[in-house]
Amino acid sequence: MTVATILEMVLGAVVLGLGAWTIAARETFAATVGYVAYGLLVPLIWVRLDAVDVALTEAAIGGGLGGVLLLGAAARLRASEPAAAAETPGKIVRLGAAGASVMVAAALSAAVLLLPDPAPTLAPAAIANASATGLANPVTNVLMAFRAMDTMLEKVVLLLAIVGVWSLASDQAWGGRPGPRHQADPHGVFAFLARLLPPVGIVVGIYMFWTGADHPGGAFQGGSMLAAMWLLVIMAGLTDTPPASGRWLRLVLIAGPGVFLAVGLGGVCFGLAFLAYPPTNAKPLILGIEVAMVLTIAVTLGLLVAGAPERSPQR
Amino acid sequence: MTDTTIFGLYAAAAVGFGLYGLITNPQPLRKIVAFNLMGSGVFLLLGVVGRRGAAAGFGNDPVPQALVITGIVVAFSATALAVALLLRLFQTAGSATLRDDAPASASINQSGD
Repeated sequence: MTVATILEMVLGAVVLGLGAWTIAARETFAATVGYVAYGLLVPLIWVRLDAVDVALTEAAIGGGLGGVLLLGAAARLRASEPAAAAETPGKIVRLGAAGASVMVAAALSAAVLLLPDPAPTLAPAAIANASATGLANPVTNVLMAFRAMDTMLEKVVLLLAIVGVWSLASDQAWGGRPGPRHQADPHGVFAFLARLLPPVGIVVGIYMFWTGADHPGGAFQGGSMLAAMWLLVIMAGLTDTPPASGRWLRLVLIAGPGVFLAVGLGGVCFGLAFLAYPPTNAKPLILGIEVAMVLTIAVTLGLLVAGAPERSPQR
Repeated sequence: MTDTTIFGLYAAAAVGFGLYGLITNPQPLRKIVAFNLMGSGVFLLLGVVGRRGAAAGFGNDPVPQALVITGIVVAFSATALAVALLLRLFQTAGSATLRDDAPASASINQSGD
């Protein structure tokens, strides 16, 4: 057994322990903190699995933005905690749940142990067709070309999610600014960091998006980085969330899926297929879609964390 | 047993933990966290399958990787929607219980409606 193997086993055990802690912890806030730590360590497993693109996404969205979302909700729901704790199910339900969980985990473990050998793979097909798009990152190729339909529909899911969140606004706050107005000491450390980090973070985010054509990275990772910087500035009270009724905001929200759909329909018009790119212009077209996508992703993710409108647009 | 298989077993255990938490934790936010833990385990299983499919110079099959990236973003959207629903429930009902026979709380916030 090599050192690397032992390291992996320890890493997996720590991650799994954190996962168990999120379930077993007595307080919701403590469980949420455990989940954030879990979300920040899981990317290390993804790196060990040689999936750096996924590791970046998981760290930025699963650990970072998801953590902010859950921690904020846990803090606001603290008052409901004592009542909920009294509703813990009885021993029979818990035993049954434990039995069902063990069975599911055992079935999945058996499936992992019985996976076919040699494993089926689409990697050779992805590399054989890479020349069609001119992008060197196979994951971006799959996302933007080979399985472009998935990615386009996913943009629609993001749009539907934001419509769902916004429709939870009360009558007075309809079309208003999402979330509470954040206040922070203007001379404090937080406000200082919110001024110091965004210039760096914005450059890193744009670089992650740009380099995604040839190296690990891409529109999701870059977009979530930009969203994180935006949220940092909002939470430090340096700026406010935009009103949900803003025309420009809504245009940005539909830019990603809109451009994607337009290019896809263009493929039909020029005698190819839906979402087929002409081979000579594939790379510029994909980059154009990605530019629109990175903007949409950044704004949508930021607004999803900010939540439903709570203040009327005037305030 | 290879390293990849070990990660696969960890992922299966994470799904099990998540399922247990989803059933037994009474707080809705805990259920959301548990569901995310389950999802994370499923994504890791896909990652293990992709790792086994390493070929043509890639350490991990790019197709499952792309599926997982899409999945992470969709899972985040669903989580954000669930959290927004939960906060709205708490705001209007004054409690965050999922019980059908929840007693009407005295601190009902009518300003929202």
